[in-house]
Amino acid sequence: MYSLDAPQPIDTPPLSALTIPVLDLKSSVRAGFPSPAEDLGAKRIDLAARLIKHPQATFLMRARGDSMKDAGIFDGDVLLVDRAVTPRSGHVVVAVIDGEFVCKTLSMRAGRVKLRAANPGFPDIVPTDSQTVEVWGVVTASIKQFAA
Amino acid sequence: MFALVDGNNFYVSCERVFRPSLQGRPVVVLSNNDGCAIARSNEAKDLGIRMGHPWHEIRHLEDQAGLIGLSANFELYGDMSDRMMSLAAGLGPQQEIYSIDESFIGLEGVKGDLVARARAVRARILSWTGIPCGIGIGPTKTLAKLANHIAKTAERKPGSYPARFAQVCDLAITTSDELQALLQSTPVGEVWGVGGRIGAQLQALGIQTVWDLSRMEPQAVRQRWSVVLERTVQELRGVSCMSLDDVPPAKQQIACTRSFGSAVRDLALLVEAVSEFAVRASEKLRAQGSLAGEVLVFVRTSPFRKGPQYSRSHVQPLVRPTADSREIVKAALDGLKSIYRPGFDYAKAGVMLMEISSAAHEQGELFLDEVQGEGTSSSGEAQPRRDPQRLMAALDAVNQRWGKHTMRLGSNRLNAQAPRGWVMKQERRTPRYTTLWEEMPLVRA
Repeated sequence: MYSLDAPQPIDTPPLSALTIPVLDLKSSVRAGFPSPAEDLGAKRIDLAARLIKHPQATFLMRARGDSMKDAGIFDGDVLLVDRAVTPRSGHVVVAVIDGEFVCKTLSMRAGRVKLRAANPGFPDIVPTDSQTVEVWGVVTASIKQFAA
Repeated sequence: MFALVDGNNFYVSCERVFRPSLQGRPVVVLSNNDGCAIARSNEAKDLGIRMGHPWHEIRHLEDQAGLIGLSANFELYGDMSDRMMSLAAGLGPQQEIYSIDESFIGLEGVKGDLVARARAVRARILSWTGIPCGIGIGPTKTLAKLANHIAKTAERKPGSYPARFAQVCDLAITTSDELQALLQSTPVGEVWGVGGRIGAQLQALGIQTVWDLSRMEPQAVRQRWSVVLERTVQELRGVSCMSLDDVPPAKQQIACTRSFGSAVRDLALLVEAVSEFAVRASEKLRAQGSLAGEVLVFVRTSPFRKGPQYSRSHVQPLVRPTADSREIVKAALDGLKSIYRPGFDYAKAGVMLMEISSAAHEQGELFLDEVQGEGTSSSGEAQPRRDPQRLMAALDAVNQRWGKHTMRLGSNRLNAQAPRGWVMKQERRTPRYTTLWEEMPLVRA
């Protein structure tokens, strides 16, 4: 007889992705029909190789603040900053102003350099005559992580 | 033909890449435990700060001159060095990485204007990594190193040398009159391999400049000093005696020693520290493919502190030469236990590996294993002995990939959450910007 209010205990431990060993597919033994993809020699997409064109010149930085939100950069995002890319007007850049790193859109028009915010709530940075703008690097990508 | 590429004030330059506000200010980087200056910005040099100047003697310059002292951030410097070296390699077909901030480039077969090429490589290193460097070119390694000194000094002290030698200096294309003038305006102590003692002896004999040294009779130099100095004289004359070592010679001694952040009394803490040092030293040993025959361990109190003084060392021979961390740690700890005396404030300890041989000449260990009874199980059946080399290779691979201390031996439980008294004092270290995800630089957006 089965009782409704006394369910059978389940002994199987909960299956979690973490407890399953990861198999190295390349070296695992295969039997049966050869894979039709075998001879193509295709490699899985390498995210780092795709995003980082100049490894020696690329650095990661974390964005703090909301002034670039309309450009898709939010507080906490991780930026890929490439120092090998020549900065042009319209590039999102990391610049040095008064010894501090700022992320803005570079604008160069008629010989005037401006650092534009991408959020109407924030002012653009127009360097004064005593201020120098140094472009530290060009932001080539932004990483926003949703779940670890 | 050789070039020497050398980062300017390298550690300080690395710090400035990530803290632009340090630009133009006097900055020093301090040795382990914030003891003394091991790198100085030009502004710090102008304040009269010497290499090795103890921090407590220059500390007052923080207030008086805006001096900034930073703890060494070797993880950062190592990564920046790696970036710089791989760009420097673009200068020519061979590279010898001589130190963290210097590399020799073999220029054999490189066509075209070498100075223009060197300037382009220098500009790329500066633009891509933010590190300024000097490049010296010459027909011998000694002359390339001297050219590098001229390139850096001409930039830092205008007027010391003709301005066109700033940043990049090629001694192979100077006229003989120009070369003579350059060598005559460089003190003999700047020559690679001429240390303080030999430099003083040479000066006592009236050999003041590099030119004077290059005019000496090589035979006489060998008789009076050594074949090494004779080689230096030959190289100054343009006769190449040293080739690029693609593999640096294996070290005959490997040491890992450290002063403690605060005094250590407890044996348990010393055990932890000595284990850690032995593990580090074993890693270096394996990295150069060697085995050690003896392990020296020492502990001592600080002669600069009050209280009873004690200093002892012990050499523990190993049963057979090995690179196995476990055997080296065990030998170091056996040594430590034999020299440890309670009641002292220990300030420094260290482990040194000696009797170093190449792993390629490893003696057969078949019979030793049987004598030790390791190779057989209790039932007397032969068991495959676990291969310590593979275990150690796995240990090194894990720690390289996932960070130091990811996998370790039982006796060295270094715990990042619970700093111990012996952990290095690095109060002024900047974040490890490029090697730790949690410490990447912040940018205001």
